[in-house]
Amino acid sequence: MNLDKIRIIVNGKGREIGDSTNVSNLLDDLGLNHERVVIELNEKILAKELFSATALTTGDSVEIIQFVPGG
Amino acid sequence: MKPSDVMVNLHVIVANDIVTAPLFAKQIFPMTIKVNEKEIPWEDGMTLAGIRERYKPDADITVYNGFPVNDDIPVAAGDTICLIRRGEVPGADEMRQLLVARHSPEVYDKVCNRTVGIAGAGGLGSALAIALARLSVGRLIIVDFDVVEPSNLNRQQYNCSQIGMLKVAALKENLESINPYIDVITHADRVVADNIEPLFADADVLAECFDNPESKSTFVTSSLRLFARPIVAVSGIAGHDDAGKLVCREVMDNLYLIGDGVSAAGPGRGLMAPKVGIAAHLQANKVLELLLAMED
Repeated sequence: MNLDKIRIIVNGKGREIGDSTNVSNLLDDLGLNHERVVIELNEKILAKELFSATALTTGDSVEIIQFVPGG
Repeated sequence: MKPSDVMVNLHVIVANDIVTAPLFAKQIFPMTIKVNEKEIPWEDGMTLAGIRERYKPDADITVYNGFPVNDDIPVAAGDTICLIRRGEVPGADEMRQLLVARHSPEVYDKVCNRTVGIAGAGGLGSALAIALARLSVGRLIIVDFDVVEPSNLNRQQYNCSQIGMLKVAALKENLESINPYIDVITHADRVVADNIEPLFADADVLAECFDNPESKSTFVTSSLRLFARPIVAVSGIAGHDDAGKLVCREVMDNLYLIGDGVSAAGPGRGLMAPKVGIAAHLQANKVLELLLAMED
């Protein structure tokens, strides 16, 4: 098991993650609901179906919005 | 204060002495009155009955400086008169003039040719649509699959006679009775990832007005990827605590978010008319700001 850590930025704050983490894993680590988020990875909006296929690398910048019910 | 009330001090040189004398503004400012928002020259001897006879003899209500009046009284420079016939809808040109007088010509001219897409016609979408119609936004595209239920009336802009109607049909009816001169395009459809492009391709600005957070996520993600246009979305508007927390922030390029981000609707914290209405009007204000910033 690869235990190397890499550093990314999540909502403007530095965060250490495992170097084989994908976006889906990150959402789980953050306790966020995959179906209720909007993800911007390095200034591009990421399609929902690509979350688990998108690996994160050093220096990646991730912006995440999670929606709550009500409207 | 009317121009005729303004006193201006004028320094007058009289026999080598400087004398300060009040000079009534009527000798400086042009003398006009407003009749149905149109400025016309004031003439000495004008009366309400005379104005009515000249401009709208079939009027049955006269509003004089903001108050309904039945008497015939003299009209002074600076007075505002509104002549109304009950139930009469102004023609398109007159409506434009009346509305332009309230917004400014620059606002009206910019929004009257624009299209706003509204995804969801519930608490947010119904109130947002009404505000945009009052602004004379030229075209609204409104999409919602749902029907009006009695419980909706706690916050949604429908009424009892519309229970059971498709929301988009009821809303279109309401909008037409407010401003018959805008286009309202409706779709009684459920918004899914695949139909966002055909439904909303013509919109200059998009408004996310769903209740369901999964729908919010799908709509915003897909729209940001499909269109290079601004989207105003909402998250966190339930309950009745301090509405000052309902702010509008730019959270990503082309994405504005209204709400506190955390006040989820659920047991013990319902969606209520005041905060939902505030959020919808914050949305309307942001949409207006975005439309006004657009290049032709």
